[in-house]
Amino acid sequence: MLPFQLVRRAVPSRAMQWLTPVLAAALTLVVGLAIFAALGQDPVRAFRVYFVDPISDANGVSELLLKASPLCLIALGLAIGFRANVWNIGAEGQMYLGGVFATGIAIHFQEHWGAWTLPSMILAGAIGGMLWASITAFLRAQLNANEILVSLMLTYVADLLVKYLVFGPWRDPNGNNFPITVQFADDALFPLFASWWEWFEGTRLNASLFITLVAIPLAWVFVKRTFLGFKLAVAGLAPAAARYAGYSEKRAIWVVLLIGGACAGLAGVSEVAGPLGQLNDRWTPGYGFTAIIVAALGRLSPLGIPLAALLMALLYIGGESAQISLQLPRAIALVFQGLLLMFLLGCEVLVNFRLHRRGAALA
Amino acid sequence: MDSINPLVASAVAAAIPLMLAALGELVTERSGVLNLGVEGMMLVGAVAAFAAVAHGGGLGAAVLAGVLAGALAALAFGVLTISLQASQVATGLALTILGTGISAFLGRGYVGSRAAASFEELPIPGLSALPLVGPFFSLTLLGYVAVALLAAITWFLFRTRGGLVVRTVGESPAVARSLGMRVSRIRYAATLFGGAMAGLAGCYYAVAQFKMWQEGLTSGNGWIALALVVFATWRPLRVAIGALLFGGVTALGLYLQTVGIHISAFALASLPYLATVAVLVATSSNQLALRRNAPASLGKPFFDGD
Repeated sequence: MLPFQLVRRAVPSRAMQWLTPVLAAALTLVVGLAIFAALGQDPVRAFRVYFVDPISDANGVSELLLKASPLCLIALGLAIGFRANVWNIGAEGQMYLGGVFATGIAIHFQEHWGAWTLPSMILAGAIGGMLWASITAFLRAQLNANEILVSLMLTYVADLLVKYLVFGPWRDPNGNNFPITVQFADDALFPLFASWWEWFEGTRLNASLFITLVAIPLAWVFVKRTFLGFKLAVAGLAPAAARYAGYSEKRAIWVVLLIGGACAGLAGVSEVAGPLGQLNDRWTPGYGFTAIIVAALGRLSPLGIPLAALLMALLYIGGESAQISLQLPRAIALVFQGLLLMFLLGCEVLVNFRLHRRGAALA
Repeated sequence: MDSINPLVASAVAAAIPLMLAALGELVTERSGVLNLGVEGMMLVGAVAAFAAVAHGGGLGAAVLAGVLAGALAALAFGVLTISLQASQVATGLALTILGTGISAFLGRGYVGSRAAASFEELPIPGLSALPLVGPFFSLTLLGYVAVALLAAITWFLFRTRGGLVVRTVGESPAVARSLGMRVSRIRYAATLFGGAMAGLAGCYYAVAQFKMWQEGLTSGNGWIALALVVFATWRPLRVAIGALLFGGVTALGLYLQTVGIHISAFALASLPYLATVAVLVATSSNQLALRRNAPASLGKPFFDGD
């Protein structure tokens, strides 16, 4: 028997709500350093390679923002759903469709590219993500099918759809048979930061970052200041109360899934019209899934999520840096992500419970 | 009817791991715990089993490693959700991410290599030559074990006191506790059993079906197993039937490719996922039946103070 027991708090601790992500990150760090030590690496050096070196120059900062931006965008959308207790875990697939729709515009009109190309790709990407999410929304709202399983199954289908396109009709005829589309030209690409900010010379950071920068305050206003955002929060916290107040559950499902799909679709556009400049069969490092962790780590808050996205992006590029300078396998980044989320969930107990020494009188 | 047997055989082969994982999850869910981490537990089971034979252990070692790895992953889930009251949905997702990472990390040296030992079919003379049903009598040892487990789990859940206890905890933990049952302990046991079964399914993929290693070996079958439990309305025999149906869809896709029907391989590969969605929709449209059959406390944490 453990020397302490859990006692439910009368009110959830606000301090703990913000401390738990920090605590979880610290625990992950400790375990991570122990893993490095077990793999025969000097933990101090590993820490530097993982967390300091990658962001010590303009290129590093650019890569950090380039990865944090889609993670943040997707997580902002997912968090609105999670708040309403709608578990869309198929953002990855919705992001694929965003990329597919944008690519469709880019390659079908490649003879006529102009200033309108990029804006219409952005629009198409958002629509693509929303359409894919609307399948889940329809099946969940109208036919009661579990949204977790449906959205995930559709992600596998979306992955196969991308493969079909890049191996088949959309394959670049001059691409040496690689499963890739043609390279987009400037009209179909986000402008680089480097073109107006000298410090970023030679980096891949591009204007898609502004989509995320606009989405953050929008999400905050939606969640904190709109009636619809309030209704969704009530639906998540107290479904019975929401029903009693006459808030439509079906509408909530549609709204949050369409928002989530649009955000994921936009993230897809920012990838294909950003660092990739084309569509290929393995273009995402799982942003759609990692965004679930980002949303949880950011406490589903539009202000916490950007910070969580930066941390998670650092884990990604730290993983790449560790792979290069320490010959550590890349999969270790996924292990850290999983550990971080597990620790976070474990620490969350402290929000609603406090530890109490066995035998001592209950206050 | 000669051409039908290979089709049935590959349907049966695809069905067995689905059935194993879904039966384990069924027992877990019957105790009121929803563990969405089946895919993750399967993957750690698979990599453990593959590593066991790669290091010269026999097939027995592979099974042991798979089962233990799956159960260990389930233990982590149990500590978080049962002892620490974490959200079951979120923890299940975390377990899948962590399991995917761990299996990719530990399996990185094996990618593309063949299993050092594998389970082969043990045909029962006579019966295995029958048309249509022959493949059911030409399973691997693990396959026969899976059928025995199906019978054992059905018997346990509905014919023993232990099964009644598990189901009571899943229906109403408060009632169970007032009857003196140790809710947390029983949920731990059911969760560990589910993890062990998922690990066994992973072991089957690694050393009885694919017999080689690749990243993400289970390709979403853990999620299909979860859908199967809903489809089967939490009844073991229906899980087996559902697994056969899904195995059939997978086998049909492969079969159509071999006879040269002009459908994109990618479209055929998406069949099991689309079938899962279709089945979920068909099952869920009858909400009344679902609510009648689902364990009443499924997914709801219970705090018993220990």
